[in-house]
Amino acid sequence: MKADPQAVLTGTHFLDGDKACCEGAIAAGARFAAGYPITPATEIVERFASRIPSVGGTFIQMEDELAASIVLQGAVWGGAKAFTVTSGPGFSLMMEHIGYAAMTETPCVFVDVQRGGPSTGLPTLPAQADMMQARWGSHGDYEIIALCPNSPQECFDLTIRAFNLAEEFRAPVMFMMDEVVGHMTEKVVIPAADQIEITPRRFTHRSKFEYLPYGTNGDMVPDFVPTGQGYKFHMTGLTHDERGYPNMTPQAQDQLVRRLQKKIRAAAARITFFEEEGTENAEVIVISYGITSRVAQRAVELGRARGLKIGKFRLITAWPFPDEQIRRLALHAKALVVPELNLGQMVREVERAAAGLCPVISVPHAGGGVHRTDDILSALVEVMP
Amino acid sequence: MSTTFVEEKPTQNLEPFKGVKKVPYEEYFTSGHRTCEGCESAQIMRLMAKAAGPRTIVLGATGCMYVANTSYYSTVWGVPWMHTQLGSAGSGALGVAAALRAQMRKGSMRDEPINVIAFCGDGGGADMGLSAISATMTHPDYNLLILLYDNEEYGNTDIQISGTSPWGVNTSFSTPGKVKRIMHHRWKKNVAPLILAGHPTVKYVATISTSYPLQAMNNIRKALSVGGPTFIHCLNPCPKGWDFDPLIAFELGELAVNTGIWPLYEVECGKLRLYGKTEAIAKGRFKRLPVRDYLLKQGRFAHFTEEDIEFFQAKVDEMWNRWLVPGVIPLEKEIEAEQRT
Repeated sequence: MKADPQAVLTGTHFLDGDKACCEGAIAAGARFAAGYPITPATEIVERFASRIPSVGGTFIQMEDELAASIVLQGAVWGGAKAFTVTSGPGFSLMMEHIGYAAMTETPCVFVDVQRGGPSTGLPTLPAQADMMQARWGSHGDYEIIALCPNSPQECFDLTIRAFNLAEEFRAPVMFMMDEVVGHMTEKVVIPAADQIEITPRRFTHRSKFEYLPYGTNGDMVPDFVPTGQGYKFHMTGLTHDERGYPNMTPQAQDQLVRRLQKKIRAAAARITFFEEEGTENAEVIVISYGITSRVAQRAVELGRARGLKIGKFRLITAWPFPDEQIRRLALHAKALVVPELNLGQMVREVERAAAGLCPVISVPHAGGGVHRTDDILSALVEVMP
Repeated sequence: MSTTFVEEKPTQNLEPFKGVKKVPYEEYFTSGHRTCEGCESAQIMRLMAKAAGPRTIVLGATGCMYVANTSYYSTVWGVPWMHTQLGSAGSGALGVAAALRAQMRKGSMRDEPINVIAFCGDGGGADMGLSAISATMTHPDYNLLILLYDNEEYGNTDIQISGTSPWGVNTSFSTPGKVKRIMHHRWKKNVAPLILAGHPTVKYVATISTSYPLQAMNNIRKALSVGGPTFIHCLNPCPKGWDFDPLIAFELGELAVNTGIWPLYEVECGKLRLYGKTEAIAKGRFKRLPVRDYLLKQGRFAHFTEEDIEFFQAKVDEMWNRWLVPGVIPLEKEIEAEQRT
């Protein structure tokens, strides 16, 4: 399915990441956004609020993030593609409803433009400290998909991908921007609508008498119910069976929670996007994501100019984590260096995936700015054999 | 004599200021903030601190009066001050009041009346923090005041709609355009009556305006003296968000009252009293000014057509002519409603 030409602003633009994200959402078919103002994410829905009347859709400002994170799920079940945007404190409030979306298999997108924390922290300054929260923030066992753009262009492209993944897996997708990427203004090329592939909602083909809201057809993802056509469905955050009815048995819990996990893990190889350059013969490999990957890029260039064999690996999909790729790198690299704008979050995943095959060095930054190139370069030089 | 399980602690004895000349010189909301010129929200902070005096602990929910007053290595507060998250002004105040009482009961600190005031903006009070304030209002045994400063927008994040934003207003979430002129269709949330109707044990609820500063300070002093949880809702013109010349901030506050848009009243121990120009309007001594005088002085309503102004006027007229208590109780007596139809 192709994007709606009436909604896509085809052309070359000079946009910041927030606005590019909004355009990506509109191009992806989002016709409902729920918002609550929070720096540095507000601009995404500000643009949505002004753009959507001409496209045809709805923006509602909610009274808080708790409300925003559930009204969008109501909109999804009402038939729309929907998203909400926030930053750290709001993301914390949304956690219960993110778990609810995972449990009820509601396809939707949560955009988190990360800022310094904890608590109010640094509202106008960057961090990448919500990465683990995106994965583990809500209680219980569930799998999540999270993408990390590093430019306004990617904010556009990956937002579309986030919506497509949400529809494909019927799961909430976390879109993990950061303040710098959100407020950075660069060239953004928006292609023609017929070049934008959109994943439509998977509606059931079964009759209303045969339809099971959580019955699957072999790929572990149940088909959606078409709203307003007489289908009866029962949706609950309780552990439920294929009919959607609460079922409190250990068997039902095992069956449901394993499926929620498996439907994403089984596809991990296909949906873990990454960028890799010069890793084949590298002695040391920098693993980074988001804005930090832009700083790391310069450190890699400077290191190579000194004759160092440095490779670069960028996480585009943070969750599910690219275990196999990292393990492959760890097999031949002398060390993996992980700079990030937190005091060590994704580095733990790298360590886990590397499984002791090579040293993993964290280059932490508490947020409020970005790394100095020298900090990353020094770490690279230090671990060089 | 009926039995009560509420253990009330004495409050400070804060007599009303008898005139401007009787107001003390001391400021407890001082220099060091970076609020805008003509910011009436900063003005109510100053009046609140002055009215309460030095034996006061102030809490503030996230909002412009949090960010603008505590930035760049500085603070304006001459009294102890604590930030609470956006939705937790009520709970924060309750915790402080409860802890003070516990400390005094145990003899860990001197037993004396200490004011506890939590302020919140319309985002923190009318939207996100409403449930926390509501719960706090049900605790009759703790002395505290919740002051809602209402600039009818999220001023801290560059002017978005809040639950108290007026109908039709231009904000960055409701920008008028060619396809749709009016992007905000909700009517302002009437918070003070929500508190007083829903929490009948609350002894004092009032609306105030910074354009009547002496009166506002005396309302605050009364709220702090009456005992138990109390609530005050203050309208604060905002030059940035409302888009007007800072010189007329004071005048706009007056116009809000004189047009009948912002009725001034207090409810003390269940007794409603309209005051100031609102009382004069209600008693027919003063004719309400047209809302046009108020609306057209503000850039946020610059897109209004005649039709929009008439609609706004009609809603305000309805409030004054049909409500059981104008500005307070939006109900009609059944018999009167039937007579109209």
